[in-house]
Amino acid sequence: MSDAVRALRDAAPSALAVLVRRYGDFEACEDAMQEALIAASAQWPRDGVPDSPRAWLVSVAGRRYIDQVRSDVARRRREALAADLEPTPTPVPAVDDTLTLFLLCCHPALARPAQVALTLRAVGGLTTAEIARALLVPEATVAQRISRAKARIRASGEGFRMPRADELDARLAALRNVLYLIFTEGHTASSGESLARIDLSAEAIRLTRQLHDAAPDASGETTGLLALMLLTDARRAARADAAGALVPLDEQDRDRWDRAMIDEGVSLVTEVLDRAPIGPYQLQAAIAAVHDEAASTEATDWIEILGLYELLARLAPGPMVTLGRIVALAMVEGPEAGLAALDRAEDDGRGTGPMLAEHHRTWAVRAHLLERSGSTDAASLAFAEAARRTLNGPEQRYLASKAEALRSIR
Amino acid sequence: MKYLIQIYSNPESRAMWESFSPEQQAEGYAYYQGINDELASSGEFVASEALADISMAKRVTHSDGGTVASDGPFAETKELLAGFYLVDVEGEQRAVEIAARFPEAEFGLIEVRPVLDMAARGDV
Repeated sequence: MSDAVRALRDAAPSALAVLVRRYGDFEACEDAMQEALIAASAQWPRDGVPDSPRAWLVSVAGRRYIDQVRSDVARRRREALAADLEPTPTPVPAVDDTLTLFLLCCHPALARPAQVALTLRAVGGLTTAEIARALLVPEATVAQRISRAKARIRASGEGFRMPRADELDARLAALRNVLYLIFTEGHTASSGESLARIDLSAEAIRLTRQLHDAAPDASGETTGLLALMLLTDARRAARADAAGALVPLDEQDRDRWDRAMIDEGVSLVTEVLDRAPIGPYQLQAAIAAVHDEAASTEATDWIEILGLYELLARLAPGPMVTLGRIVALAMVEGPEAGLAALDRAEDDGRGTGPMLAEHHRTWAVRAHLLERSGSTDAASLAFAEAARRTLNGPEQRYLASKAEALRSIR
Repeated sequence: MKYLIQIYSNPESRAMWESFSPEQQAEGYAYYQGINDELASSGEFVASEALADISMAKRVTHSDGGTVASDGPFAETKELLAGFYLVDVEGEQRAVEIAARFPEAEFGLIEVRPVLDMAARGDV
């Protein structure tokens, strides 16, 4: 990311917040800010970043907003109103409204794809075109998601204010969920991939860092989420080979893991586990930290990971947690114990059972355990079934190649 | 999540369409356009096209000798792809909900299929 782009994206949310505070109209202010961002992305790389990026954006977007209101007013022949709209030189307030903006973008009336698009644009400072390229959908689709999202927020009657204290926890949880979704939407760069492609994982980390800095984190979960993202993204360079094929965790070249990210993630998760009530993101970060600090799969503290998964299963049960726990159990007690636990989980009548049986990851885990227990034929069949069920191309190639390799051993 | 909604036709559905008056056919086209407009305004639209008659299709064969584009035979195929919608929606449930609105669903001629995500994500 160039300096100009970084300056622009960093300044975008607080500049927008200033504008919304001043004029009260989130919908139109956000449009005006988008125009200012597009102007800045053309000018700043050429002429240099202004001394105060935020003041520049506020001033340019403010002019666009007033022009817009004036032309609306003219159309409705109510010129008188325009006189009231001359910008009063209000000083930029010291209060940071970034959190308010974040929470507005994740308003509960919005569907997830709309929350993602609006957060990336209004808080992330990305252009509609950049978001469209990152999500691989047409620009018009993203534009429509955003304008519809803003119309819904307007219809909900929620102004630009912090949610009530009793709503705040749920809203923050939804916001973390959206940030995690943006993170997982992110691509692992593979060779030959277009450089113009927006890196959503990096954007998600940047935004989560911003949230982490903007709001006190009593639950510890924002810190946990930031740590989880850092500890996961640290492995990115090792996750795919030169041809873009996936490299499983136990075969990754750990020298290619990003030490600085690991150190930061480990220190964040250590600090938060000490001070806050334990939460699901913290636990997932702690699991990632155990992996990241191990020199190899064999040297990994699987007993520790198993314990963390058992806590996680109590706090936030789900099929992926069940599978993670089974993998850890198999590393501690052997593949047969893992396979037995997998059978039990699939028969489990509590509702997660059937869902688990259909998921491609269940087949992949079963395949790995069968392979380790020496049941080559059954493992090959399970890998092939997992390959059929996955919705991800690179993962499909990996699983199919495992199935093929085991077939040729026979 | 992207889904491809494939709309097929069969002899029964084609006969019904051909029995329609021009006004009824115009209503039919307007109905599809309405779905297009709705998907565009909900931010779920990626692409949609209706396909020309199967008699216009060419089978393409390429070998060292060059490329040969030959006509059919496609006539013995009863169910033919007539058009498609590519949508980007929250999940399968929503894709199915959209798919159920096409009149061809009454004939069992609609297929919803997830699109493979080609990004390398996560650890395996």
